[in-house]
Amino acid sequence: MSITPEHPAALDRRTVLRRAAAVGMLATPAIGLLGACATSGSDGDNEQVAGGTKSEKNPLGVKEDAAIEVVIFNGGYGEKYATDVHEPLYKTAFPKAEVKHQATQAVSTVLQPRFASGNPPEFVNNSGEKLMDFGALVADGQLQDLTELWDAPSVDDPAKKVRDTVVPGTIEAGSFNGKPFVLYYVSTVFGIWYSGKLFKDNGWAPAKSWDEFITLLTNIKAKGITPYGYAGANAAYYQWNVILTQAAKIGGTDVLKNIDNLEDGAWKQDAVKQAAAAWAEVGAKFSDKSFEGLKHTDVQLRQNQYKVALYPSGDWLEGEQKKDTPAGFDYQLMPVPGLTASDKLPATALRATAGEGYFVSAKSKNPKGGLEYMRQMLSKAGAKGFTEVVKAPTVVTAGSEGFAFPPGVASSQAALKAAGQDVFNLYFDGWYKELDTEARTATNELMFGRINADAFVERIQKRADAIKKDSSVTKFKR
Amino acid sequence: MRHGKYPFVIGFLFAPVALYVTFVIWPYAQAFQISMTNWRGLSAPQWVGFDNYRRLLDDGAFWKAVQHHGVLLLALPLITIAIALFFAFLLNVGGKSSGGQRQGVWGAKFYRVVFFFPQVLAVAIIAVLFQMVYRPNESGLINGVLMKFGLEPVLFLVKPNLALWSIIAVLVWQAVGFYVVLFSAGMASIPGEIYEAAEMDGATKVTLFFRVTLPLLWDTLQVAWVYLGIAAFDAFAIVAVLSVDGGGPDGATTVLAMEIYRNAFVYSKYGYASAMGVALFFLTLTFAALTLRLTKRESVEY
Repeated sequence: MSITPEHPAALDRRTVLRRAAAVGMLATPAIGLLGACATSGSDGDNEQVAGGTKSEKNPLGVKEDAAIEVVIFNGGYGEKYATDVHEPLYKTAFPKAEVKHQATQAVSTVLQPRFASGNPPEFVNNSGEKLMDFGALVADGQLQDLTELWDAPSVDDPAKKVRDTVVPGTIEAGSFNGKPFVLYYVSTVFGIWYSGKLFKDNGWAPAKSWDEFITLLTNIKAKGITPYGYAGANAAYYQWNVILTQAAKIGGTDVLKNIDNLEDGAWKQDAVKQAAAAWAEVGAKFSDKSFEGLKHTDVQLRQNQYKVALYPSGDWLEGEQKKDTPAGFDYQLMPVPGLTASDKLPATALRATAGEGYFVSAKSKNPKGGLEYMRQMLSKAGAKGFTEVVKAPTVVTAGSEGFAFPPGVASSQAALKAAGQDVFNLYFDGWYKELDTEARTATNELMFGRINADAFVERIQKRADAIKKDSSVTKFKR
Repeated sequence: MRHGKYPFVIGFLFAPVALYVTFVIWPYAQAFQISMTNWRGLSAPQWVGFDNYRRLLDDGAFWKAVQHHGVLLLALPLITIAIALFFAFLLNVGGKSSGGQRQGVWGAKFYRVVFFFPQVLAVAIIAVLFQMVYRPNESGLINGVLMKFGLEPVLFLVKPNLALWSIIAVLVWQAVGFYVVLFSAGMASIPGEIYEAAEMDGATKVTLFFRVTLPLLWDTLQVAWVYLGIAAFDAFAIVAVLSVDGGGPDGATTVLAMEIYRNAFVYSKYGYASAMGVALFFLTLTFAALTLRLTKRESVEY
């Protein structure tokens, strides 16, 4: 607190008012400062560089000596893959171009002012807790249309378009109203994680049906281990993901499509309600109340200490926990179990998507350079390099050929294969941040026993309706 | 009249006024202007008039935050001042008198330093510190001890009706030291003869406190109240770092600054956030004006 001692007599009316104003300032400085440049600079004084000559080696027509600026979110995947793999690839292709590198842990803090003043960097890894709202960026025309990139010939085989070198669904995942704006680069599989060692030592097997699952939880509890848990303090979306994944299994993938499209009553669909009720019971009987106050790393650490058996997450988990995982822990993935015998999707179905978003700023100096950078990322060398550095598979189909993944990712890749066509995804959290926040809050309320399934769906539906009516929010459809 | 006096005076007035206008008044005016738009932080904003304010009226989170400021405004100054007064009294006049001079309790000098410690720490550090203290499992400072004795852990930041009070406790803990020093200074300027005379008339320590110390400290108390009131309108850093899910659970600890932050930097609704900022501005002004009115009182001469 910046309170300075002062003689009481000096406290006259003006001082108080001034101080009152100062408190107001505390709350609004960023808004005020941003405001200072908001209304004037947004047209941008940025002159875009002219294109270069198109050639076989340069199908996008990048100006060969134009600089590009790369901003990388320095989180779970670090920044090494950019400095050691992708940037050198670009340098090799265009030796005269300068590649400026910046890494940050707070993307929006660093970049928001730059977008507002019309001077954004070419290439951005928009991720992490402080990512910029993709929906707002798209609505504002800040993102470069990636159609040109997807239609360009790939680096390794000029006869093949870039779009044919990635796993199906990649382009859709980054599309807004049918137009591709974001490159999701890392193949991500969601499920429930357990220690292969713990299960083997106790003779437990992953569950497929709900009955099996409840029996498994009961057995684990009898051993004195907390059967199931997620972190309420900052990772509640790990759990709404589980609930919605199960809802999709019960009622088919249209359940999620309705939610994404803000259809009336989408959250009140029976499948969502049933799944919520089922998991609320798990929360009440097989979890620990204290987890609501813990961060994801805390609960994950407890799993590594064999104090928690099952933990829902995506397959970045293994890499994230590498430092804290004891030898022989052996991460394994189990798809979210179905609920009833009449489920529309089989037990092997799961949510998988391309994750970790990258975009090119349409209003940067050299957007073509940004597109070319992506093309290099999507080459075999780019993908392989990434996988070798961060141990995660990319969306490039040929990128992880012959690579021996650690046990967790190997198991998630096997599960993905087993799922076959029954792979789905959902988008509302990226499209409507407010809805994501509401779903997180409601999930904590549900799982820690303050509301029931009916109140849970009621509450999120209310927020979804409000967003649907809000004309200032750009809507997306799939 | 000396020649060239006015240009001199104007010249000196102009620079600070210009700075003040540029860096204080102008951003304010802009915040007001942005609050009338649907600006999302990127392209040119559109004028929407009072739309954002209308929306504020049925925003549950906003009213929850306002309500919490109400609680904070009452609880924070009352508790902090009460504790600080008690400590300051003990440190300055609570002990025996020797040679006509009032003294504090034994070790007063040491305590004075200890009480001031929290004031030296940055708010963010305090918040992180209390994360450890409040942790809901055996690795928490408080719950670790409780669980050693076989007691159930207390879910400080997780129980909706306990969370806000846990945060108020941190704010009080942090603030008390400063007010102990402030009140000590005030008490030091109260002449010892008054105490002596009162004691000779047979006054107990309690009477001394309520009849002598408190009235003569009124001005200082007024300052403390205003400062703490203003602190009650902030509380952002503590809430942002310490509370579950940023103002949670389910908004049980949220404050206006937190909602402003969320709307601006998470939802990219800068226009709406500015409207909240403007609301906060008026709330703070109202508070300051009211406090001055209500605490107006003749100061006791001595």
